[in-house]
Amino acid sequence: MSAVSNSPVIERGTSASRISAIAVVVIIALLAVAPHFLSAGAVDRMTALFIYVILAAMWNALAGFGGLVSVGQQVFFGLGAYFAIRLADAGLNPFASLFVSAIIVGAISWPMSLFMLRLKNGEFAIGMWVIAALTHLLVNLDRLVQGETGTSLISLNVYDAGARRATIYWLALASMTALLAILFGLLRGSTGAAIRAIRDNEDAAASVGVRVTGTKRLLFVLAAFGIGIAGALWLATSITFQPKTYFNVQWTAYMIFMVLVGGIGTFEGAILGALLFFLIETWFGGTGVWYLIGLGATAVLFSLFLPRGLWGTLEERFGLRLLPVGYRVRLPANATDGDTASTLQQATTQREKA
Amino acid sequence: MNGSPNAAILSAAGIQKRFGALVVLDDIDFAMNADEAIGIVGPNGAGKTTLLSVLSGAFPPSAGTVAFRGGDVTALPATARCRLGLVRTHQVPKPFSGMTTFENVFVAASHGAGLGRDEAYEEALASLKLCGMLGVANRRAETLGLLDRKRLELARALAARPTLLLLDEIGGGLTDGEASELVDTIKELRRRKIGIVWIEHIVHILLQVAERLICMDAGKIIADGEPQAVMADPEVVRAYLGGGPK
Repeated sequence: MSAVSNSPVIERGTSASRISAIAVVVIIALLAVAPHFLSAGAVDRMTALFIYVILAAMWNALAGFGGLVSVGQQVFFGLGAYFAIRLADAGLNPFASLFVSAIIVGAISWPMSLFMLRLKNGEFAIGMWVIAALTHLLVNLDRLVQGETGTSLISLNVYDAGARRATIYWLALASMTALLAILFGLLRGSTGAAIRAIRDNEDAAASVGVRVTGTKRLLFVLAAFGIGIAGALWLATSITFQPKTYFNVQWTAYMIFMVLVGGIGTFEGAILGALLFFLIETWFGGTGVWYLIGLGATAVLFSLFLPRGLWGTLEERFGLRLLPVGYRVRLPANATDGDTASTLQQATTQREKA
Repeated sequence: MNGSPNAAILSAAGIQKRFGALVVLDDIDFAMNADEAIGIVGPNGAGKTTLLSVLSGAFPPSAGTVAFRGGDVTALPATARCRLGLVRTHQVPKPFSGMTTFENVFVAASHGAGLGRDEAYEEALASLKLCGMLGVANRRAETLGLLDRKRLELARALAARPTLLLLDEIGGGLTDGEASELVDTIKELRRRKIGIVWIEHIVHILLQVAERLICMDAGKIIADGEPQAVMADPEVVRAYLGGGPK
């Protein structure tokens, strides 16, 4: 719309966000051809990065946008890997198994949501952890898994190592891109506004017509599906499946770290947090205990001094919005005159205050 | 739906609400027409807000039924009642703190009124303008002061396109100037044929809009009728003005 329009205009993007949309396409295209130029080790590391981005984005959607703070998301990570093992053992192509597995995880999360979403705040958070611990035990009962000895996705071994590595890389890149696109579309639409409203005040959201339970359920199932894909992809890169590795609460701790440091409740923040976590792990991961202490200290410092995370702080200070999901109202210069478009004519009794 | 012009749009029969041993609403019967503007007064603890919550579906009554637009809505949650056109505001404002003022109102327009994107934009902007909030449209709701939070409650409820609006003390704490702006806004709603139920302590504001007045005390309706007559009722004077024991 033109600048001389005399009714308020709703803006979704900024000039920066239009540039960043192009940048996103370029980056994904570059990442798609990168395996031709990277070493085998680097391809594996990049695959891990894509999985971290999925994990961070999903936890951020659930907690940062939906207010559903869970410390049991490793249940979906573990189940994603477990069902992939099961499906591959039943004769399904191992690559197909990864995605069918995630669909099963999403399907299971639906009945789970029926009772988990009745819990509020801390009860929900801890309840999810209990579910994860229980599921871990149940998976251990499966003879195929051989208890904590674990098993492997052996059917992947029929593929040549180089081709396998590149395929998993591309699958991870495609999954990350698709999941981020779905999430962005959801959060940017009217459902996204409902999700944030529920986070801020559930009663008020219900009182203005938001379907609270259904909306939360949609988000819960989507997050389970995404984290299920991440778990299945992790299995594909590491081949071995040991229940205690996959159902470990450390996965959720990593998700929380990435989201808190990156900027909770901002779409960009989760991605930035995953990138930071990846770099810290790459540089300091070999230092053992000190690495974990460093991670913990970083999280503490951020929650004390930058509670909105890196991106949240940048956004606030510089008004920087690269992938905005919100709405801005641009008022015309003469907005206070009251002489605006016909839809607003009825409001002439109201004296506008600047 | 009953087509008769005098059919009650909202009615409640035998409403009782108990919290444990405490009886907050005791056998309330209430009915109103679509074009009415009703004021509810009464001392603190009379059960006014609880009645509003039962009518709007925030929580169910312990006994009794609520009917809206000819159907029994007793079992319907607030979400469904809002979508039918029965919308409330909250005495203690409940903004969506992390969202902007515009986004707060947009949620109501797109979900409560069920509008598509562009229509929801227009509805949200119109509600903000009517309530004098366009200037703070991009502010996060958590940064708003009390007056703006109260206005936001009204703007958000309006964007849901109510046929009947339940207002819970939106005038509390306002200066005379602010209160008269608020009355202007509500008179505009009356011109749009929106029915009003308004709980308010500041009686002289209320009487500028209300054509019928209900006085509650200790969970019961003690007077109901033409405002001047209700205010002159000896029982109302005793209960509402904090007179001696009954």
